[in-house]
Amino acid sequence: MTDSLDRRLVLRRLGQAGLVLGTSGALGAVGLLSSGRFRPQPKARALPDHRVALDSRFPPLAVARGSDPALLVRAAIQRLGGIQRFVRNGESVLLKPNMAWDRTPEQGANTHPAVVAEMIRQCRAAGARRVIVADNPVHDAERTSQRSGIRQAVGDAGGEMVLPDQCGFTRAALLGSVLDSWEVMSVVFLVDRVINLPVVKNHSLSLLTCGLKNHMGLLGGTRARLHQEIHASLADLAAAFRPTLTVVDATRVMLRGGPTGGRLQDVVVRNAVAAGTDPVACDAWAARQLDLDPREVPHLLQAEGKGLGSLAAGMGPIEEFHAGA
Amino acid sequence: MPALELATVRRRNGAPRAYLPRTFRWIYQGFFLAFFLASLALMTDEGTRRFPVRFLLHLDPLSALALLASSFVIPSALLLSLAVVLLSVVFGRAFCGWVCPVGTLHHLASWATRRLRRGPYHEVNRWRPHFRLKYLLLVGLLLIALSGSLVAGLLDPLSLLTRSFGSGLAPMPGAALGVVSSRPRLFAGAWLTGGIFLGLLVANRWIARWWCRALCPLGALLGVVSRAAIFRIRLDPDRCNECRLCLRDCQGADEPFKKHRVSECHVCLNCIAACPEGAIGFQAFAPTAAPNGGVDLPRRQLVGATLTGLVLLPLIRAGGRSGSVPGAIRPPGALAEAEFVARCVRCGACVNACPTAALQPALGAAGLEGLYTPVLVPRRGWCEPSCVRCGQVCPSGAIRALSVEEKGWLHGGPGIRIGTAFFDHGRCLPWAMATPCIVCEEVCPTSPKAIWLEPVEVARRDGSKLLVQQPHVEPARCVGCGLCEAKCPVNDLAAIRVTRVGESRDSGSAFTLGGVS
Repeated sequence: MTDSLDRRLVLRRLGQAGLVLGTSGALGAVGLLSSGRFRPQPKARALPDHRVALDSRFPPLAVARGSDPALLVRAAIQRLGGIQRFVRNGESVLLKPNMAWDRTPEQGANTHPAVVAEMIRQCRAAGARRVIVADNPVHDAERTSQRSGIRQAVGDAGGEMVLPDQCGFTRAALLGSVLDSWEVMSVVFLVDRVINLPVVKNHSLSLLTCGLKNHMGLLGGTRARLHQEIHASLADLAAAFRPTLTVVDATRVMLRGGPTGGRLQDVVVRNAVAAGTDPVACDAWAARQLDLDPREVPHLLQAEGKGLGSLAAGMGPIEEFHAGA
Repeated sequence: MPALELATVRRRNGAPRAYLPRTFRWIYQGFFLAFFLASLALMTDEGTRRFPVRFLLHLDPLSALALLASSFVIPSALLLSLAVVLLSVVFGRAFCGWVCPVGTLHHLASWATRRLRRGPYHEVNRWRPHFRLKYLLLVGLLLIALSGSLVAGLLDPLSLLTRSFGSGLAPMPGAALGVVSSRPRLFAGAWLTGGIFLGLLVANRWIARWWCRALCPLGALLGVVSRAAIFRIRLDPDRCNECRLCLRDCQGADEPFKKHRVSECHVCLNCIAACPEGAIGFQAFAPTAAPNGGVDLPRRQLVGATLTGLVLLPLIRAGGRSGSVPGAIRPPGALAEAEFVARCVRCGACVNACPTAALQPALGAAGLEGLYTPVLVPRRGWCEPSCVRCGQVCPSGAIRALSVEEKGWLHGGPGIRIGTAFFDHGRCLPWAMATPCIVCEEVCPTSPKAIWLEPVEVARRDGSKLLVQQPHVEPARCVGCGLCEAKCPVNDLAAIRVTRVGESRDSGSAFTLGGVS
């Protein structure tokens, strides 16, 4: 067999061979130089500081008492200088209620929907572009958002509900004494202002759950691990989350069986709302609603020790005023 | 320009006789089979230093391609597989006929059973439509790889071989002879692992090299590459009288007597010697060959394979990914779970290399997606503090090659953590049965020890008191080596057991706030 070679065939075969070798070589180069599908965890991002400037004309904490939660919210914020001090035209605002449990408003386990609704209206009135209400509930998120009454309130008042499945989590640098970094609901990084809307409850481990404990609701991951060092963790979170404003819902206060509760006899109707720019003072005031000495709540002491606020500002004689009926 | 021809037999009407290429081929096949067996046997501390035990696994272009699809990376050593691509571009699937030890074993098995395949030789050894299956498997496996799961390794021949010998066939002689050993090298599911391999060999009784012809996805990949082959079998139609003797010892059922299927041809060159007319040669730029190299995949089948791949993967994952199975401990240096299942080629080299047989093939322990990935089973063995062999033999980087220093256990640890030990107080002698025992604490290799003892006075049944030392685990010091579980005298279900929680490779496994992960 010594047929002479077909020039076109030779060229075609050499071309095919070159194509295969070129493709393989290129794939090899891609595989060698690629950084891979599984990137190392992205660097943790620092949480934004959402505070506004201090203003000596206004107290760090104002308390309103009365039976209409909406009026209380409005009046307490008015005493701090009005919502325009905290939310400006065109800004986006994150409201962080305690919406952890599949409980009704009467059970007092979550922030009262009327408080959330009024807060949305306030922000809207100040010209907020978007008012987002977000939490990462312990119970099933959808069910919790409904039974708490908050989904309905958000819809009625013109806000947006964001649950973890909608926004996901971003690793946030906390750089604390026990928490180095943690997964935080990404929405925190996307807004101009954050208003903390905790409810006052007894807590079997942290003694008090109010504003500082409410930050845990924005965390993802195995956040149950924080209970191993709850007070140091809450102080770390307080140093990293710097909300614009804290509005404490004490319209109902859970005295026992917290933070889940259930029995109505463990909840007292206190008809009060406190608003403050000092998160430590807010929680100190809240502790007193549970007949707790704030100085016996380690995370409040530790937060004060980090310079995050003043216990005294929430303990001394505070001007309380009645709003509405 | 005269044609370049590498092998011809110029004779007419002569009986087939020994000729040089066949002898060469057997030398190659024997060499690589011996090389494979040596690689397995030399996966020891000394052996990994002196012998390239991963060489054959690194020759595998299917591993490289599937790894690229699943993890978007190819470890530099696997670029050696480009040599096999080059070989195939020049000579076709010569890897299958001359190098692959699986091919050699099937070659031997088909030779040994040749008289059992009854019927006219041209009927017995013809190409069959179901030989296309391997191409469809290749498509499905690459699709699954693209989604991040390297189950292609289950069917990759070199992985299959390493796994089947290492944790299936190798323990058989010892088991049969009842060899007494303090650390018997026995492996979970050996009957299945070895049985599948033996079953495939038995299939030669009906169809020679059925594995290579019908199933092997590496053969399929090389078949696709071979469509560009420069040297191919060339039939001189003027001399061929269609006796089909060329088909008798043909390894690939590539039917040289008609349009030659270059993608099926194993380049064994038996046809050349068999042709009584001297009509067949192995020639560069040979003109005749079936279009598409004989791959001719009907589009419907291709679509079917694609759909099957697309449906199977979500089905496999519908029960949760491999990491959702609790407990399964991965070898030290293993990447985080999602990346681990994307990079583990399921070859079981680590299982073969583990000196204590602690590493076992996962049958159910890592879900279906993690089938045949390695898991550490402390009841069978422990992770030796000074050993990093599993990372040294891993061909794909799914287990990082750690130094003993990085592993960190030899000098007290903790460095790498693979899990955490937990006591079962109801089974622990000092905790439940007023019986002194400190074995777990005694063998704990970290320094200071992760297991510590609390002196406690306990009551016996008769009311008398006994001072025992009740053991505790300090999770921040525990590395998960499993020595405590391996040595616990409660010798079926141990009173202390290790699970993978707390492992350092995955921050999601952390369970304590400080210290662990």
